[in-house]
Amino acid sequence: MHAQTLSEKILSAKSGASVRAGDIVLASVDLAYSHDGNRPLAMDQLAEMGAARVWDRERYILVLDHYPSPSQAVASTHTRLRAFAREQGIRLYDVGDGISHVVLPEKGHMAPGDLVIGSDSHTCTSGALGAFATGVGSTDMAAVMATGKIWLRVPETILVQCHGAFRRGVGAKDLALEIARILGADGATYQTIEYAGAVIDNLGMEGRFTIANMAIEVGAKAGLIATDEVTRAWLEPRVGSRYRQVKADEGASYARVVDIDVGVLRPKVARPHNVDNVVDAASLRDVPVHQVVIGTCNAARIGDLAEAARILRGRKVAPGVKLVVTPPSRDVLTDAIAQGVLSTLVEAGAVLGVPGCSGCVGGCNFAIPDAGQNVLTTANRNFKGRLGNPDAFLYLASPATAAYSALAGRIVDPHEAMP
Amino acid sequence: MILRGRAHRFDDDINTDYIISSKYKAQTLRIEDAAKHLMEDIDPGFADRIAPGDIIVAGRNFGCGSSREAAPRVIKAAGIAAVVAASFARIFFRNSINIGLPVLACDTRDIGSGDEIEVDLASGQVRNLSTGASKAVQPLPKVMMNVIADGGLVQHIRKHGTYRLD
Repeated sequence: MHAQTLSEKILSAKSGASVRAGDIVLASVDLAYSHDGNRPLAMDQLAEMGAARVWDRERYILVLDHYPSPSQAVASTHTRLRAFAREQGIRLYDVGDGISHVVLPEKGHMAPGDLVIGSDSHTCTSGALGAFATGVGSTDMAAVMATGKIWLRVPETILVQCHGAFRRGVGAKDLALEIARILGADGATYQTIEYAGAVIDNLGMEGRFTIANMAIEVGAKAGLIATDEVTRAWLEPRVGSRYRQVKADEGASYARVVDIDVGVLRPKVARPHNVDNVVDAASLRDVPVHQVVIGTCNAARIGDLAEAARILRGRKVAPGVKLVVTPPSRDVLTDAIAQGVLSTLVEAGAVLGVPGCSGCVGGCNFAIPDAGQNVLTTANRNFKGRLGNPDAFLYLASPATAAYSALAGRIVDPHEAMP
Repeated sequence: MILRGRAHRFDDDINTDYIISSKYKAQTLRIEDAAKHLMEDIDPGFADRIAPGDIIVAGRNFGCGSSREAAPRVIKAAGIAAVVAASFARIFFRNSINIGLPVLACDTRDIGSGDEIEVDLASGQVRNLSTGASKAVQPLPKVMMNVIADGGLVQHIRKHGTYRLD
């Protein structure tokens, strides 16, 4: 058998054949999930396919994460989804439980080596724990719900090796933005990214999720990290005996190898309106900020919120700045309460969103900026109109950059600002 | 099958938020209603300028961003017959095939707005009737050809109960 990449390895196991990049496979799905954000709903497409039931009620999960009922129409969609979950006997995470990509790993619904299919592009987040996780649309999801299988082209792999160590004020989000800058918005289309190197080895699970979450922003099908002690320590309490090690073979064949010297990396910001429009935060220090968002499935886990709270403790956001904080899950919210992080953020002036996608997509009807306003956000997407107003300007940055910028009312480089 | 229509030219990296703004995503707007907002944030009034059968022509990475299947559905409902781009984001590409919107990857550099375009789905050719240039389309995997032949993924699964790879 040839030396395999992580993708080749997982998709071989899931299709029952030794496959290599370029092959088309029919693979068995370990976990599939959908949320309330997409039209048409996958369950309606399932009915059109003539299938009465989800193939395996243990392996399909619904998460109501996008809209905490901003309208009657959404409330009625939620009612339909809850009824579907009851009829099918499937698990549903309700409004306020959090974002699918954050809740499902937290609650132990996936393990390394799993094939995970979500009807959302940021499904790639779970590649951080060694699962082949990728997003599809509603009709593809319905076919998975009906058959438990999906066809996939086995992707080539780009190996991104991150050497050195972060400097003060620099972290996983800055590295994710740097990778986007290097690869470009379509630099990994149809491919997998494997992240490796000393920086990844020394990174906790939260930072790994942040990096894998942005694989889709460079077009990748998946963003994978091999398992190690960090993965095991985080995951074993959640999945028990389903935990296993996955790593690429020595000598696996890569389409491209990218080496990044993280030791010289400065805090980064992606300017409007493209994710790969990345510059040093320091070069934007005169840019005023009207709204700051710390939230989304990218970089707002408890470590991120705690870092923001350390910066904001005992201080107030600049006059005229709206600071929005959305914990991405109920667990992150309860941790933030228990650790005093939440009270620090609220005392500094934060407005709280419902755990979920609030503050990321405009359709959530939350944190919509005014025309001409600059928004600095820890999100993963800065498309024009993303937050519901095409005349606003979205800048992507780390939680530390977000916190310092909220205090100053302009973009601040945390490397320069940190004591 | 041959499609013929007028080109509407777009740049690189046209994302799904541009195709249909996420502010309409939460609504239970029918796709036909949402089609009035096609490309609204980057090209206000675009939907009003479409004649049925027109073709969207774009640069690289068309359809990047979210997995929303509403994106190709809205394009189709707006009367666009096909999208021709230098390259596509993978989820958008799959979604388009699944719902029966022809998407073709080929060199689009010499196609401008207003050019008359002919797309030959069977032979995989895109011809610019205004300039006479002809480009070969990247071939599709067999499974996608099967989905197209069955009239979309819903019909494909209805018919076979699974995916037919060969």
